[in-house]
Amino acid sequence: MNLSNGKGSNSSSVKTGENTISDHFPAGLRVLVVDDDSTCLLILERMLRFCLYEVTKCNRAEAALSILRENKNGFDIVLSDVHMPDMDGFKLLEHIGLEMDLPVIMMSADDGKNVVMKGVTHGACDYLIKPVRIEALRNIWQHVIRKRKNGGKEGEQSGSVEEGDRLQKGSDDGDYSSSVNEGKSSKKRRDEEDEGEEREDSSALKKPRVVWSVELHQQFMAAVNQLGIDKAVPKRILELMNVPGLTRENVASHLQKYRLYLRRLSGVSQQSSLNSSFMSSQEGSFGTTSINGIDLQTFSAGSQLQSQSLAKLQAAGLGRSSAKPGVPMPLSDHKNLFSFESPRLRFGEGQLQHLSNNKPINLLHGIPTNMEPKQLVNLHQSSQTLGNLNMPLNVSSAQNNPLLMHMAQSQSRGQMLSENTGSHVNRFSSSLVQPTVTNGISNGVLGNGIVGNRNITSAYNPVPQNSSLLSFPMNQSNEMSVNSFSLRNTPGTSEFKGVGGFVPSYDMFNEFNHQKSHDWDLTNTGMTYDASQHVSPLQGNIDVLPSVLVHQGFPSMQQTVQNRDTTSIGKAMFSTGEGIHQSNLQNVGQSFNNLLVDNSLRVKDERIPDQNSQINDFLSEQYGQEDLISAFLKQQESVGQEEDEFDFGGYSLDNIST
Amino acid sequence: MDRNQSRRQVAAMKQCLFDQDDANPNFVEEIVTLHYRDSSRLISSIEQALKERNLDFNKLDTLMHQFKGSSSSIGAKKVKAECNLFREYCREGNAEGCTRSFQQLKKEHGALRKKLEAYFQLARQAGPHETACRSK
Repeated sequence: MNLSNGKGSNSSSVKTGENTISDHFPAGLRVLVVDDDSTCLLILERMLRFCLYEVTKCNRAEAALSILRENKNGFDIVLSDVHMPDMDGFKLLEHIGLEMDLPVIMMSADDGKNVVMKGVTHGACDYLIKPVRIEALRNIWQHVIRKRKNGGKEGEQSGSVEEGDRLQKGSDDGDYSSSVNEGKSSKKRRDEEDEGEEREDSSALKKPRVVWSVELHQQFMAAVNQLGIDKAVPKRILELMNVPGLTRENVASHLQKYRLYLRRLSGVSQQSSLNSSFMSSQEGSFGTTSINGIDLQTFSAGSQLQSQSLAKLQAAGLGRSSAKPGVPMPLSDHKNLFSFESPRLRFGEGQLQHLSNNKPINLLHGIPTNMEPKQLVNLHQSSQTLGNLNMPLNVSSAQNNPLLMHMAQSQSRGQMLSENTGSHVNRFSSSLVQPTVTNGISNGVLGNGIVGNRNITSAYNPVPQNSSLLSFPMNQSNEMSVNSFSLRNTPGTSEFKGVGGFVPSYDMFNEFNHQKSHDWDLTNTGMTYDASQHVSPLQGNIDVLPSVLVHQGFPSMQQTVQNRDTTSIGKAMFSTGEGIHQSNLQNVGQSFNNLLVDNSLRVKDERIPDQNSQINDFLSEQYGQEDLISAFLKQQESVGQEEDEFDFGGYSLDNIST
Repeated sequence: MDRNQSRRQVAAMKQCLFDQDDANPNFVEEIVTLHYRDSSRLISSIEQALKERNLDFNKLDTLMHQFKGSSSSIGAKKVKAECNLFREYCREGNAEGCTRSFQQLKKEHGALRKKLEAYFQLARQAGPHETACRSK
């Protein structure tokens, strides 16, 4: 119906983001109601008004998403109907969870147990049966508080946990402390971990990280082969594998990665190279981070590597000199992907080369690489679910992006990257989104949606982590990654800080876009970079880059993809973007600016709190990329998606605009 | 009798709507009008679907679900009950039961509409305040 007063009310209480709990709370709570039935919509609005909430009505899910994206911090909670003609309520739930990490309450006249269960698994905070009583509406504010509380906690927890993890990972890589990334990487790691943790927690419902060891993977492969790749659904695979403690989500995300991997193998060589770059990420110089993400371990190692590689990338990118990290791993890397070896950023072979080309990317490179490993790792752990798997890939890709970007600039890579990125991005975005969102979202939408059967969700988880990774590469180490993940930090607030984090993914996207060297035209679909709001100045590092890159990637993707997916990605990106400290953005911003300018980045003017508009731009861009990515992924997704997941598996780089 | 029924329905509706004095007293009327406008459309599409040779129960179920949500939101209990019945028949695949139930539903729907219209008429005559204060 009409988005009435919604916007207006937003402005008034925009501030309420995380910390605004006004005295009159819960009065003034900003609610967005989505329902295709105008009667219900009107009635709900009336009742909510009566509860002294600020209400915005919307009768179409797509419109609701765009409203949310445009006003990243404009709402505190969303009420959505389950059955809607243009988009399933649960899909909307996922999107919101991924992108904005807002608490979402589902409503329906349908009170069937399975429907309610679906709401739970997709991450809804609550489920109301129509006719909705006013008493039920009176209490919806509790979900807002809860989410914020959990989001913050996650951040902290994850931080500490992450540290530990990170340290472990660090040791793996050894030379993680590359000169450039030393500081960053550590920071990144921390951030990433935090992000990852956050993401994990929120999205994966605090699932323990699943590390896909070689044996586990072999079991997985056996199961898949037994079922036949077409019939391989996570549920069956899980049954066949018969591994205690493994969840369907884990399997699903892993499956997604695997599919991606396969796609890559059979896909364009370029793409594969990109992919490999993603996967392998930093093989040599870059420190490979298995993008596959399947292997968190690898990622962790990768992350370490990534930092290194990122550093390298940066160097490469910037200086175009060295860069050539061992990117070339296209096929060989693939193996790694699944073999969970040391994570390597598979930057496609040429990618390094691209580095030189992509200046902007360079920035990302630095970040992404670092971020990726981490993210990937984080992703794994956090999402545990498919998402993790996906994400790692994404992450890697994201990270790789920078690297890839460098490399991919050359173009073919771009494709691969795009694929990778796409998928990764999607994942990333999801993860990115998640990180920030995870805090908040994970509980809700993201967590559920993503974690649940959504690959995307899981993907998102990783993303958030990645975002941290992303940020790391960027140098900011904490910042960057935090950026993307920082979103997570702000529980409740859609932290799309992802900007930072996304940078890596952007690289990927850029690649996708194919060589658009900064094809930032990713019209960020939906990637409202809310993150920008959060975007805390990415200090210094990359933040900007990622976003830029991402944006680039996204815009192109957007067109192809539906917003939905990209949105999630974008969200992730945004989250990262937000995380990216503005300062970073600044640094990066400059480069981005250029980029931005180039690409008609659709910078959403997210409210980036003080900071640079760049960040905002990035954020928006990122989201755009996300959308693109999701679009890509969607396109690519030929593989039967299981349960409406974002099956990135099907996502092939081919689709990526080349 | 009629009045009672109507009151009951309206009371139920008010409960949901939480009508207030200070608020727009015509809100209820607005809602009801809106509801009837939408539901008429729904009813005709259901009717159309029922006329088909092979009933698509899924579609019918979906349509009915929408109708049910809408009706229950305004507090039309009887209509809602009929909706449930209809959906049951749909689930069973009982075409005849569906048709029958649908006829009943239309009847209830129409009857409620009449009552509400009468109610509004009275309310308007009685004056806004009184209307708003009408209790259960």
